[in-house]
Amino acid sequence: MFIYLIKRLLAVIPIILFAIFLMFVLIRFSPVDPAEAYLAAANIHPTDEILAEKRHEFGLDQPLLVQYVQTVKDVVQLDFGNSYVTNTSVWQEIATRMPATIQLAVSSIILSLVISVPLGFLAAVYKNSLIDHLSRLLSYLGASIPQFWLGYVLIFLFSVKLDMFPVEGRGTWQHFVLPSITLSLALIAIYTRLLRASVLDELENVYVVYGRTRGIKEKTIMVKHVLRIAISPMLTGLGMNLGKLLTGTIIVEQVFSWPGFGRFFIEAIFNRDIPVIQSYVVLAACLFIICNLIVDLVQLYIDPRISRKGMAQS
Amino acid sequence: MISSVQMASKSKWALILSAVILIVFFLVSILAPWIAPHDPIQVNLAIKLSSPSWEYPLGTDHLGRCNLSRLLYGARVSLGFASLIFAASLGFGLIVGMLAGFKGGWIDLLLMRFCDGVMAFPNLVLVLGIVGLLGPGLWQVVIALMMVQWVYYARMIRGMVVSMKEQNFIAAARISGSSTGKIIRRHLLPNVLPPIMVMGTLEMGWAIMDISALSFLGLGIQPPTPEWGAMIQEGKAFIRSQPELMIYPGLMILFVVISFNVLGESLSERLGVKRRY
Repeated sequence: MFIYLIKRLLAVIPIILFAIFLMFVLIRFSPVDPAEAYLAAANIHPTDEILAEKRHEFGLDQPLLVQYVQTVKDVVQLDFGNSYVTNTSVWQEIATRMPATIQLAVSSIILSLVISVPLGFLAAVYKNSLIDHLSRLLSYLGASIPQFWLGYVLIFLFSVKLDMFPVEGRGTWQHFVLPSITLSLALIAIYTRLLRASVLDELENVYVVYGRTRGIKEKTIMVKHVLRIAISPMLTGLGMNLGKLLTGTIIVEQVFSWPGFGRFFIEAIFNRDIPVIQSYVVLAACLFIICNLIVDLVQLYIDPRISRKGMAQS
Repeated sequence: MISSVQMASKSKWALILSAVILIVFFLVSILAPWIAPHDPIQVNLAIKLSSPSWEYPLGTDHLGRCNLSRLLYGARVSLGFASLIFAASLGFGLIVGMLAGFKGGWIDLLLMRFCDGVMAFPNLVLVLGIVGLLGPGLWQVVIALMMVQWVYYARMIRGMVVSMKEQNFIAAARISGSSTGKIIRRHLLPNVLPPIMVMGTLEMGWAIMDISALSFLGLGIQPPTPEWGAMIQEGKAFIRSQPELMIYPGLMILFVVISFNVLGESLSERLGVKRRY
């Protein structure tokens, strides 16, 4: 178990190195000179002298390999540099904006689980019933509605027409309602289908028949045995779709003027704030991998059969 | 238990319906210059935000441009660029996948590690990162989406080539003197076609969503080009007075994407392709 964990953690390193490498290559091959981008973002008129000075400061006059090693060193020491626009360290910017993004993400995950677990489960148990068709419709809609549009439609219905929830900003629980619904619909679509499929698979198993013949209550079989095992693939789905959640926060934050890191990232793109762009992408990759790791560990806990397999492999 | 015949007929109707909707959208995008009643970028402030009339069936936007014409031309932009991204990333993925699958060894290892690396990122984050570094603009978005999408084709095709190249019918073809090129054309391509069709259909839907999302964020297609995502971005300012300005383009995206999704799913059922997601 412990060795398995270490192995998984070590596997993260090459991916992060690759992320840094990719960003590095893109920056060097982009038509924009970081020194010029800096001066433009900081509103300094570029003269040849200042440009040369900045190039030297950023190490752009060094050979590429030296620059790359320096970049890796910086990232390993968790030094992402300063934002070109605000001139404070990127870490500081992340620290002030991340809580809002995480709150939004967590409330959306909770909402999507609360809806998709019962819905997916019932859709499988009552296959081809009304609830199954409804869940199918919902999952098609969730997979095909553009998130930003859904956000505005909800604003139109519940803020403009019914005046139930605030249009934008953050503060009270009411502020969470529309952004969380917007963000979770796509997740509900996926999780419901995943759970339905895995419950249907699980129902084929002999132990269900065995449980029934032994006279165990249907409810007990379903909830205690079938659901417990069937939820495992759904958790994998949860980890794999964190990327959707992450990009979703970027868009939803933009729609609802949510003061999170996603919005800051979009601003950084417009301002060519290279350190912020770079750190967002690298951090997103790390977050993605670490969350998947956590999901795997939770799965080990829920379904001991996997841990035996996993350890045999490691 | 529902009979398999019933299932098949249900999926058949879904398949036909979604295919018909998509054909209509493709026709609209090709014929837009002939069927659109007005020039989609013709500004006429005298008639701005007017309600539907015979002259302007869906009214006009804040610059007095014909909404219907803009929606029709929007199909051209979305479907056109999604097709381009599909063709380019499939082509590149096909070459890399075949190369890795056939050659094996360190070429295979290197190419596939690269694909794994790209796949380790959440898709749109990487696209946004690339656009961020290359700068906003339509072609940057197209390049970024292609750079991310081809990896999935390459991985799939490589997997199929590796599993197929050991099989008897390939060995038989080789023994009877077929060249590698002929084996690829006559034996491998027909076999990888069904999964490519399914994946391609679903990816068209994603590409349209991504293009519109990026345009909405202001990073993709720039005004005045009529594009559905950009139209929602422009229309949202009039959410109180004329919500239809932002509702119509969203419905268009929804229709097209849902049709691609339904088509992809029905195809995978019909062709017996197992999907990863």
